[in-house]
Amino acid sequence: MPPALIVEGLRKRYRADAPFAVDGLDFSLPAGATWGLLGGNGAGKTTTIAMLLGLLVPSEGRITALGHDMATDRFAALAMMNFSSPYIALPHRLSVAENLRIYGHLYNVAGTGARIAELAETLQMGDFLNRPAGELSAGQKTRVALAKALINRPQLLLLDEPTASLDPDTGDWVRTWLERYRADSGCAILLASHNMAEVERLCGHVLMLKKGRVVDQGAPAELVARFGRDDLEQVFLDIARADA
Amino acid sequence: MNPSLRRIWGLVYRHLALYRRSPPRVIELMYWPILQMVVWGFITAYLAGAQNNVASVGAGILLGGVLLWEAALRSQMGFSISFLEEIWSRNLGHIFVSPLRPRELVAGLMVMSVLRAAIGVVPAMILAWVLYSFNILSVGPALVGFFAALIIMGWAVALGVTSLILRYGAGAEALAWSVLFGITPFAAVFYPVNVLPGWLQPFALALPAAHVFEGMRAALLEGRFAAGHMAAAFALDAVWLAGMSWVFMRQFQGARVRGALLNIGE
Repeated sequence: MPPALIVEGLRKRYRADAPFAVDGLDFSLPAGATWGLLGGNGAGKTTTIAMLLGLLVPSEGRITALGHDMATDRFAALAMMNFSSPYIALPHRLSVAENLRIYGHLYNVAGTGARIAELAETLQMGDFLNRPAGELSAGQKTRVALAKALINRPQLLLLDEPTASLDPDTGDWVRTWLERYRADSGCAILLASHNMAEVERLCGHVLMLKKGRVVDQGAPAELVARFGRDDLEQVFLDIARADA
Repeated sequence: MNPSLRRIWGLVYRHLALYRRSPPRVIELMYWPILQMVVWGFITAYLAGAQNNVASVGAGILLGGVLLWEAALRSQMGFSISFLEEIWSRNLGHIFVSPLRPRELVAGLMVMSVLRAAIGVVPAMILAWVLYSFNILSVGPALVGFFAALIIMGWAVALGVTSLILRYGAGAEALAWSVLFGITPFAAVFYPVNVLPGWLQPFALALPAAHVFEGMRAALLEGRFAAGHMAAAFALDAVWLAGMSWVFMRQFQGARVRGALLNIGE
């Protein structure tokens, strides 16, 4: 099976006199895998995700998502991808169902009503489907954001901090749900998170970013063993605090 | 449904759902056109000297000007403010990572501008008829062309405003309310182009609106259809719309290069 995502020589700088925010990324995300994108603030995670989604044009390099070149054929890829971030909202006056219907139309989902009902059941949203999105709790908003990201049954899912600001119980519920969804659907997931326990649990492979470059990578257990640490958080701190 | 049409409908549905849940927004759409009509109606009544003369031809020109210019204003604002709604709701990121093409975004905003213009102008038209006995339909079938030409001009101006928002961020949003008012003196809304100084007339005649209002006056004062002005209005619309579409696409691509789509609301 071809990789879900191929990134080759990806570089980005915002101005000619600025340093590269992303400086030579190369990786290939296998279909059906969950990978983590880790790094401190300013490491280049947001810039990378924005380029993967076509929001930002790379200065150099090439992105192939689900077999489509993002430079020339991004809309074909975007129809089979989706994205969730707590930092991008859904219109808060509209009900959850209305919001999902909008994205059902935008992603040309067949049987949008049935798909919304299915997502409402699996993500336990039935009680608040007709409530305005702006009146929901953080946990409910996270489930709605996931429903929006899954409305088109994506083959590639980009998740930015999927459990940010959630209590431990709700966070665990979301992680369990994501594990089951990936196993059932075969969807590839690229996850950016600052929650190291979450990354250890969900990701089979981790890319450690620093100053726009991949400074280390591997399975979480491999990284922990290589650095002689107890967990991924300590590895993260070692990398973040090391001199360039 | 064709996938492209469905995506456009998705965007239109988003705004219709918003209006359904926000009555103040709908009232705001009607408020200014009605207010303008009432103020100008009483001005014309005062100038006519007696209440029973307000339906005179002179009054009709002023009231016709108010109603038609409102169509251009509401068209431009309908497009620009619908775009701003996405920024205000912090939803633009989701829109731009969906398969919605920029041309489909523009088409959806155009549909919203027509709907918003209709909601704003039709009540004012009815009010003009009820309060001042002025029936804009007396202009004749050419009225449809006049409205269409002004709505298209509103789209062209709105594409320019949206381009500035893409370039300078939400700080440029005040232009969505003000830019067309700045064109009013040169658009010959209430007076003929030949009233303007000679050096200013070529600028006025480069605006589709000037030809629309010359055509409207020809219809109301002389009862004739000014085909030349109508053709000029649509030809200029085509030029302005093509030019502003090019500017919009350049700014959209520029925003993708600069990363402006990531923080356009800031």
